[in-house]
Amino acid sequence: MERVPVLNLGDVLLVSIQIDLSDEIALRLQDDLAERIVATGAQGVIIDITALDIVDSFVGRTLSTIAGISRVLDADTVVVGMRPAVAITLVELGLSLPGVRTALNVEQGLRRLQAARPHAAVPTVEAVAGP
Amino acid sequence: MIEADRTRPADGIVRIAGDQDIVRVRQAVRSAAVEARLSLVDQTKVITAASELARNALTHGGGGRAELRGVSNGRRSGVRVEFVDQGPGITDLDAALTDGFTTGTGLGLGLSGARRLVDEFEIETAPGEGTRVTVVKWSR
Amino acid sequence: MDAETTSRFAITLQTNREALTKHWRAATGAKLRGRQTESELTAQIEYVHAALLAAASSGGALDLHGQESAELRAVLTEMSTSRARVGFTPTETTAAIFALKDALLATADGEDSKQLRDYLAYAAFVDDMGVYTFEAYAATRESLIADQADQLLEISTPVVKLWDGVLAVPLVGTLDSARAQVVTERLLQALADTGSPYAIIDITGVPAVDTQVAQHVLKTIVAARLMGADCIISGIRPQIAQTIVALGIEFADIVTKSTLADALMHALRTSGVELVRRPERTA
Repeated sequence: MERVPVLNLGDVLLVSIQIDLSDEIALRLQDDLAERIVATGAQGVIIDITALDIVDSFVGRTLSTIAGISRVLDADTVVVGMRPAVAITLVELGLSLPGVRTALNVEQGLRRLQAARPHAAVPTVEAVAGP
Repeated sequence: MIEADRTRPADGIVRIAGDQDIVRVRQAVRSAAVEARLSLVDQTKVITAASELARNALTHGGGGRAELRGVSNGRRSGVRVEFVDQGPGITDLDAALTDGFTTGTGLGLGLSGARRLVDEFEIETAPGEGTRVTVVKWSR
Repeated sequence: MDAETTSRFAITLQTNREALTKHWRAATGAKLRGRQTESELTAQIEYVHAALLAAASSGGALDLHGQESAELRAVLTEMSTSRARVGFTPTETTAAIFALKDALLATADGEDSKQLRDYLAYAAFVDDMGVYTFEAYAATRESLIADQADQLLEISTPVVKLWDGVLAVPLVGTLDSARAQVVTERLLQALADTGSPYAIIDITGVPAVDTQVAQHVLKTIVAARLMGADCIISGIRPQIAQTIVALGIEFADIVTKSTLADALMHALRTSGVELVRRPERTA
């Protein structure tokens, strides 16, 4: 089954969702992230949903759950890159993503994490983008 | 009353029996929405509504199917999707259509949300007789 | 019009062609009072006459909405669409059609009742043609207006960059549902494209705020926040503030300022920008 890859950079885990998430894959991601946070001692999680053109109530609840689990495991989560059409639809749907912090892009997400955790090793955007 | 006259026979039927089928429904509705020349925001709304309703048919209805049609009312084109399941039906429809309604498991039926995302919404259900939800989204 | 009458119609159109088109031109010209040149008029009438004759000669009963009248419908549509585009009035557009009735009456010879019945049948058909022409005209005008409305929408809702990371959208005029959606979509897209964390929605130019307008603005702000940006509302006049309170609209934790300048200052301060006045240089 397909899995969403989780990248480890410094004290931050980076997840970039590139596929149409089925319920099963979303739940698998939730499990994977919980395991990786514990395994790496990560202090921050960035979930990049720039490529997601649909966020329904299941994905929305999953994102909230991931944020909640991370918090319990002492990590901050920021969801970045939400598309305007998705935001408009979520508002109409009445879904508010409780407990989920958001930022416009990966760069701003990383800055938020750094601001929340001054002593964490948060990578720069260049490091994330790669050579 | 759905005012989608001059409908063609069903353009596509997606069986809803498993998790992956909800993705298939989204993909099928996306194609239909693009063909009906819906704006990006309207496409997103109808695909999201379809995702909610397909999931309902699966988790509450025990499985079913989605029937898609491209429709036209003379001036505008649109997408019509009908979700059918032979499940237990919805006992308290009024409650289900109210915001914030959830069944005991915490999984909302998402009906009220889906209704806000589409232009026309019709539901037929009765305890023990399954559920049929029909939605239409028109281009502007 | 039944088949028999139709064939008589075709014969009339054919045999009286000269006299008919002469009266037809005169009657049309009188109605148009110089709106069209003589040659345009002649050409137009020839066109319609030819299409009408073809429809009436196809055998069987004549129906404007039948297969046999397809070419006639096309001619009428083309004629009224082009007139509508250049601003002819409905009367001017349908003049050539209704003038046919005058021409038919003028060329009818004799007064027996059969002729009269025939004339009435022809006249009824010409009325159908007139109505059809008018409907095509109206449809064209409507689509022209819709196009212009779209263009106006484009011009009147600009999203401007006030500073790095601070966008502003000045709302001007009344905000109906369609317009509000366009504004929301453009603002949100601009936030995403520029990566700006702040948007100032200025309502100085909005004459009245009702529940609908407030809902639109609120939804926009919630959507922006979901994306990771925030909005400030500026341009709240005293009357608007009173309306908002009277309507019971909750702006909760949304920052509101009375002027765009104040809103900009707030956004700058929040994003960590400090503006310093240079010390004055003494001579």
